[in-house]
Amino acid sequence: MIRVVIPAHLRTLAHVDGEVQLEITGAVTQRTVLDALEARYPMLRGTIREYTTQQRRPWLRFFACQEDLSHEPPDAPLPEAVATGVEPYLIVGAIAGG
Amino acid sequence: MSQVRVLVGTRKGAFVLTADGKRKDWDISGPHFAGWELYHIKGSPVDPNRLYASQSSGWSGQVMQRSNDGGKTWEAVGNKFIYDGVPGTHQWYDGTPHPWEFKRVWHLEPSLTDPDTVYAGVEDAALFISKDAGQNWEELSGLRGHGSGPKWQPGAGGMCLHTIILDPSDRKRIYIAISAAGAFRTDDGGKTWKPINQGLRSQFIPDPTAEVGHCVHHIAMHPSRPGVLFMQKHWDVMRTDNAGDLWQEVSGNLPTDFGFAIDVHAHEPETIYVVPIKSDSEHFPLEGQLRVYRSRTGGNEWEPLTQGLPQSNCYVNVLRDAMAVDSLDKCGVYFGTTGGQVYVSPDAGDTWTPIVRDLPAVLSVEVQTLQ
Repeated sequence: MIRVVIPAHLRTLAHVDGEVQLEITGAVTQRTVLDALEARYPMLRGTIREYTTQQRRPWLRFFACQEDLSHEPPDAPLPEAVATGVEPYLIVGAIAGG
Repeated sequence: MSQVRVLVGTRKGAFVLTADGKRKDWDISGPHFAGWELYHIKGSPVDPNRLYASQSSGWSGQVMQRSNDGGKTWEAVGNKFIYDGVPGTHQWYDGTPHPWEFKRVWHLEPSLTDPDTVYAGVEDAALFISKDAGQNWEELSGLRGHGSGPKWQPGAGGMCLHTIILDPSDRKRIYIAISAAGAFRTDDGGKTWKPINQGLRSQFIPDPTAEVGHCVHHIAMHPSRPGVLFMQKHWDVMRTDNAGDLWQEVSGNLPTDFGFAIDVHAHEPETIYVVPIKSDSEHFPLEGQLRVYRSRTGGNEWEPLTQGLPQSNCYVNVLRDAMAVDSLDKCGVYFGTTGGQVYVSPDAGDTWTPIVRDLPAVLSVEVQTLQ
């Protein structure tokens, strides 16, 4: 079970409270986590990754285990603590805008 | 009993304002989509309970919302806006080529005949259509393929397609406007387009009378006379009597002819409204006095409308999609400001009252007249 924390305005959009819990079979990577998240909540498609490029939207960051994973390859394995559900995978809105 | 429903898009959410035909006592609901920018919300003229909303943010991009119950509940629909083919380039602010990049939906125009068909005007400028109530979007790429696309350039707000007007007498005729490219018309349902900018004069482009490059801010039409259009350009208020083939200036005695919003009285096709703004660098009313100007002669002769509007220390702006009219008798006129006020005039502009005073900055105002 993978724990994912998404920003407040995306929780509202997806009609969820608190953490999202996902079951993933196979490799646990940023790509597989985001694919699973978008499959469960289709309204999040395009809001975290750009449709055409699948790149992270510039004002969002990906954190886990006190590390910034935003610039890590999308197919790199996530830390074991995330894969086992000990630590959440965090999608965080940048301090920007108003 | 008649009712009006005012759909207000703001920098931080949407609000729905409702009243009976007296337009005196208002019920306010919202914010819907709190924290998001709502560039535009508009209802289907065929099914007034079918609403479409453009929701966006710098963090999470574009989301599209649809309501089937007049705005009580909403569901997210398709937000995949992909340019047809190789997007190509337009001009950047410095004149260099810049690739077309989708940023947001500025304007939604539901079909006059089918509640499941809706057009979307987007930034970077392009026109999309959905025929399945917003689930899937397809570009009408003949517009960008017109050939002048590489010469289009963004205005200060971005290179946006912000105006879509459907001709009620000819289902294949559509007018659109882009900042800063100008106005375009299709007569074949969107396959091919022609620029309709003859008569416009813009000092900020090398050739002031060029075919494209004009910063058109908004266009309005009365449905009974679809060949007559009124335009608020960056500077200049214009009209055409031949579907855009030739424009003439009708700024007349306006104290300044810069502005964004323009609209037409619901029952008097020669009565038009603008909100003069001081200049392109000072986006607020002249002398701190918020004044709507009305022409009952289709332009040139204008009268200030001030009763109920602040006449001192007012430095708000009224954006291009933030004025609308209802179709009651007397015609109601509405506009929203960047200071968060939404004003109503239930008597065609003679007197004004704020419906609300302290919303986030208002981006758009639309009105539905419900029977």
